[in-house]
Amino acid sequence: MAERGLRIAALYPEQMNIYADRGNLAVLERRCRWRSIAAEVTAVGLGEKLDPERFNLIYLGGGQDDDQRRCAADLVETKREGLISAAAIGAVVFGVCGGYQLLGRWYELGDQRIDGVGLLDVETVRSDGPRLIGNVAIECHLPGADPSAVLAGFENHGGRTRLLAGATPLGRVLSGHGNDGVSGDEGCRRGNVIGTYLHGPLLPANSWFADWLIATALEDDLVLAELDDQLELGGHRAACRAAGLSGR
Amino acid sequence: MSKLRLGVASIVARAAAAVLRIGGSGGTSAPGKVLLALAPDAIAQRSAALARGCAVISATNGKTTTSTIVAEIMRADGVTLVHNRAGANMAGGIAATLNGQRGDFGLFEVDEFWLPSLVEQLHPRALLLANLFRDQLDRYGELDLIVDRWREVVRSGAGARMVLNADDPLIAGLGADADQPLYFGIEDETVGSTVAQHAAEQACCPVCSAQFSYSRYFIGHLGHYACPNGHVARPTAQITASEIRLRGLSGSSFTLTIGQESFATELAIPGLYNVYNAVAAAALASSLGVSSDKIIAGIAAARPAFGRAETIQVAGRECSIMLIKNPAGTNEVLRTLASDEESHDLLIVLNDQIADGRDISWVWDADFEALAATKRPIICSGSRAVELALRLKYGGVEVERLELYPQLDEALAAALAANGGRLVILPTYTAMLEVRELLVARGVAVESFA
Repeated sequence: MAERGLRIAALYPEQMNIYADRGNLAVLERRCRWRSIAAEVTAVGLGEKLDPERFNLIYLGGGQDDDQRRCAADLVETKREGLISAAAIGAVVFGVCGGYQLLGRWYELGDQRIDGVGLLDVETVRSDGPRLIGNVAIECHLPGADPSAVLAGFENHGGRTRLLAGATPLGRVLSGHGNDGVSGDEGCRRGNVIGTYLHGPLLPANSWFADWLIATALEDDLVLAELDDQLELGGHRAACRAAGLSGR
Repeated sequence: MSKLRLGVASIVARAAAAVLRIGGSGGTSAPGKVLLALAPDAIAQRSAALARGCAVISATNGKTTTSTIVAEIMRADGVTLVHNRAGANMAGGIAATLNGQRGDFGLFEVDEFWLPSLVEQLHPRALLLANLFRDQLDRYGELDLIVDRWREVVRSGAGARMVLNADDPLIAGLGADADQPLYFGIEDETVGSTVAQHAAEQACCPVCSAQFSYSRYFIGHLGHYACPNGHVARPTAQITASEIRLRGLSGSSFTLTIGQESFATELAIPGLYNVYNAVAAAALASSLGVSSDKIIAGIAAARPAFGRAETIQVAGRECSIMLIKNPAGTNEVLRTLASDEESHDLLIVLNDQIADGRDISWVWDADFEALAATKRPIICSGSRAVELALRLKYGGVEVERLELYPQLDEALAAALAANGGRLVILPTYTAMLEVRELLVARGVAVESFA
């Protein structure tokens, strides 16, 4: 085992950052430090291999089409093995929007099929229909978390993602579009590997989920010290309200 | 469409404008929409009737300020303008402007998304394309799409002289499709930085797809760049700003070079981003044949457009309103504030109406970390005030310094009651309109939409 604390690999932070992904990273890092848990974010860019022993949380954000194409090719070529090994030994792998799509089997863009890493059993097709845009809220069931816990954020994607047989969504759509606008599914989770379309960024206004990711990455039964989350809870209520949910 | 039909339609539209004014709704584009419904080719007809033609300005950031500076220059040149100066820059606003004003030259800022169809109708003599940054992704989509649309505009050209920013690789890259484009830029490697700001665009060589390398970044991905494999480099700019001296919120001075001549130039609108707006305005005016002395006089006479670094006296204090709407623009506003010698009270207002962008994630891409080093309280307001406060908290601002007043009138009252020096208000677009309305009601600001 390498050193203690949260060791985050941020994949392609220069290219895959379109929906303010650095907000998610900042929240993970700060919430550890406020608890005196060491936290370190390391950028792993184009052409660099991913050392699976070195990280316990791997983050992949979204990018514009061209950037995403470049990163997809690099991901499969230089990082797929590292990612699969890291997930197998318990690292959290968290993909948002384009990052979610690339964790799946493949992404079809016009007549082009972009291979993903295949950690999640999902397929994505870019639709001719309108982009799925707007505030969104989902209810999700995560081990050890409140069974009616809600994630609220914003989605903006042209791809429609379909879960293959046996795949589990991250949550059920309460308001918004989700994976494809029709299934009612949002995101996908397989063990510690999680993909979602929710940005906002997601973690500032859903601090409970940030803490779930931190605890899962560090060790399963870890109980994190409470923080003063007055603003975070206010932000969560505001994001829920924006998505049309009330009373939360 | 007959002249008669356009005549009748324009009378109806003007009547609609009068009704809207009486009703106090202040709509600047509604009468234009009425006009276009009755006479779909009204823009083309009215524009063709302008004796000295027209010019069009588009950009993500700085459209309104740049056209304000161009307007001063054209006035110095003795031109009577038809100008959408209130910033109503889609078809309805342009139609209303053409219908409501009389003049011999048209000056139009145009929304990035509307540019193709409006250029086709307006037939400008010159088209200024100043910059492209990520902006309201929920509304405009990803930047690549806008670049593709603009390339079509440049290709089809319609006889307009293209005035392009040499420092923006996304814009300069369009020059290959233009006939003798005029380039402007900054020639001063003492401003800006050698490192890229967060979330700056990753512009790539069109030949080999390698990321451009930069000797200097000025704003976001604007700077001095070249393909590392030697395929493409920043084009030489004919109109430039050099020897730039930024003086915080009070403005700047620089040397403006137009072809072979150089002039010491004063600008009362603060920040490096407004030096860009001034040199862009100079380039556009130059492409229209305006003489250098008129250009210098116009720049010196230019004052901030409403809500864009506009300063108002309120309750014995100076109050500056600086619109924020996307990461690149916000970073420049924050950088300008940090360069000012005074310390300021801050009121930041984050709304999420359609015109602001429903998606507020962009505030995480702006470098609000710059505020961690300040000392004064920061008031957070707007429909997403709490998330703004969260952004500042994770940016390193002590929670004790954050005051939450989601209701704007309460926030403004609290900000004005505080005992400080200059109050700086950073509102998103709809918040800026609301702030101004409150200041107009207090009798300290003039109306935005005269």
